[in-house]
Amino acid sequence: METTLRDIVENYGLQLRRRTEGDDAARPAEFDAYRRAAFDRFAKLGFPTRKDEDWRHTDPRPVTRTAWQPLAAPEVDVPASRLAPYRLDAGNELLLVFVNGQLQPALCDAAALPQGVRVRGLSAALVETPARVLPRLSTAAPHDEHAFVALNAALFADGAYVHVEKNTQVERPIYLLYLTIPDRRGGSVQPRNLVVIDDGASAQVIEHHVGLDNEAYFCNAVTELVVGNNARLEHAKVVRETDAAAHIGTVAIEQQRNSHILAHVLTFGGKLVRNDVRTRLAGEGGNCDLNGLYMLRGSQHADNHLRVEHAVSHCGSREMYRGILDDASRGVFTGRIVVQPGAQKTDAKQTNRNMLLSGSAQADSKPQLEIYADDVKCTHGATIGQIDENALFYLCSRGIDEEAARSLMVYAFAREALEELSSEPLRAQLTELVLSRLPNGDSLRDD
Amino acid sequence: MLEIRGLYASVDGHEILKGIDLTVRPGEVHSIMGPNGSGKSTLAQVLAGRDAYEVTSGEVRFNGQDLLNMPPEERACAGVFLAFQYPVEIPGVATSYFLKTALNAIRKARGEKELDAMEFLQFVKDKAAAVNMDDRLLKRAVNEGFSGGEKKRNEVFQMAVLEPALAVLDETDSGLDIDALKIVADGVNKLRGAERSFIVVTHYQRLLNYIVPDYVHVLVDGRIAKSGDKSLSLELEEKGYGWIEQAAGESCSAGK
Repeated sequence: METTLRDIVENYGLQLRRRTEGDDAARPAEFDAYRRAAFDRFAKLGFPTRKDEDWRHTDPRPVTRTAWQPLAAPEVDVPASRLAPYRLDAGNELLLVFVNGQLQPALCDAAALPQGVRVRGLSAALVETPARVLPRLSTAAPHDEHAFVALNAALFADGAYVHVEKNTQVERPIYLLYLTIPDRRGGSVQPRNLVVIDDGASAQVIEHHVGLDNEAYFCNAVTELVVGNNARLEHAKVVRETDAAAHIGTVAIEQQRNSHILAHVLTFGGKLVRNDVRTRLAGEGGNCDLNGLYMLRGSQHADNHLRVEHAVSHCGSREMYRGILDDASRGVFTGRIVVQPGAQKTDAKQTNRNMLLSGSAQADSKPQLEIYADDVKCTHGATIGQIDENALFYLCSRGIDEEAARSLMVYAFAREALEELSSEPLRAQLTELVLSRLPNGDSLRDD
Repeated sequence: MLEIRGLYASVDGHEILKGIDLTVRPGEVHSIMGPNGSGKSTLAQVLAGRDAYEVTSGEVRFNGQDLLNMPPEERACAGVFLAFQYPVEIPGVATSYFLKTALNAIRKARGEKELDAMEFLQFVKDKAAAVNMDDRLLKRAVNEGFSGGEKKRNEVFQMAVLEPALAVLDETDSGLDIDALKIVADGVNKLRGAERSFIVVTHYQRLLNYIVPDYVHVLVDGRIAKSGDKSLSLELEEKGYGWIEQAAGESCSAGK
């Protein structure tokens, strides 16, 4: 069956109608208007193609040529045992579980919320406190330039709403676990998260996307992080979709004065993964630390597309993305740094390092610097290479066999990225994942 | 212990070793000296199993085993150790972790019990003290950000931990000030024993004031041009390498 582009837009239009029609009095009329505006923008932009500079190395057709239907929540409850491998620190984390994009209250564990913290399903929050939530939506991730972001705004079913009030320090990690359990027909999920950290507050949010059954599906995720003056936020996004799935995701950050953000994007699973991370340093003294790891194999393709905008002076940004590419996988990194006029004393550093483990793996790395101020420090560097033969010989000359030495080098490289995570249980979980993918990885475990 | 017979080796088709013969018995210290480009480091690397060098003919037997047919890790497990001229930085791999993995691989090969983390820590602390190495270096990534002196000391420290039967020191003195040189030499001397042999590759006689060799060999253009005892190194210090190179050149043309 030939699916035309018109069919596809029509399909999403139908889904929009389903979301906005009916006499759900609880749903604010402004929200319907918001969705319609987003959809109009999506229809106008149209899906990107490889002719767009930002998609030159990543062909989005696997997701743009299919008329995806939203995945329904599974008919039977998901047993806790399927969740267990992904839990971090039961009893400590504030856990929200979404299955196929729908919040599962029975699986959540966010009782005894500390004072000054709201952790809710986004759609519930939109009904309960629309005046608080709606004006914040799409401020960090406006849908005017990115069709996938606009599509998500028009059609998202649910997601997390996190609000940390002024001067509140949340010690327990807020853990958003997205499980996708596709049925045989496949389908789409479109989660949307909104995290608002008020002035002087701090929190840690982990967003973990896991695919459980190996059927094709398309996850289109958007997360907005709105960080106030003197606020601190650590956000970790982990992408572990299945080998048949596509994940197109945006993490959009808006930072105010003297705020600090540490944002990780760690990609392990997914046939096609695109991570857009954009941050806008909108207040002086802001700092952002963007840490990434993509560990790919088979024919996986992951594209990390970063955009850091220094809108005002005296801000710092640091980007460190590491790629480990095995088999015929392909990693793409684009790092755009925009220094606006007047953003003097900007200190921006960008590094992308790629380790190729096979002759058929491929990495592309591209810095894009746009600097409109004259008193700034911007550096960028990219490396693409095999495992360092000198280092390998050094290890072997001490008695370590070649396979173990190779694994050790890869492990060390990955660990440098994982060590940036402050959540010890998450680090441990992902360390195990890295080790499980390395020949002789078991022997590398620290005791 | 080590028997090198008619060893020829080349890199990128360029012949560097042109027939080396050398016998090292247990407990002996042999020094290999020679001008730059004479093949000293190549010999050291070939013994450790660097595959960038192609051995075109000859044989090397180590305690009866055919060394050239063993991959580098097997040579290490059999008791060969190379102290690198340029120790390699390995980001992300902690020195202690690296050494524990290496030591346990070697202990396993020797049929000894592997050490657990606690046992290892105690073991290396003593060794670190013996070479005046700050044991905080153990927590840092292998050689990363180490000064030149720290890197060389780390090589001797690793040698002390791994307790090889044959240690090949490749220009361990280069880039060292006199204090660091003494510490390194002292570390080596502590390891000398009736069963442990050394090949000390150096350009300068200076190191040999501290590590006194039993034999001195002068390598010129890929061959041992002259062998002698400690006094040969002093003669070289005085006269330079020119006279041997000249003599070697004459015998070479006479041979043709």
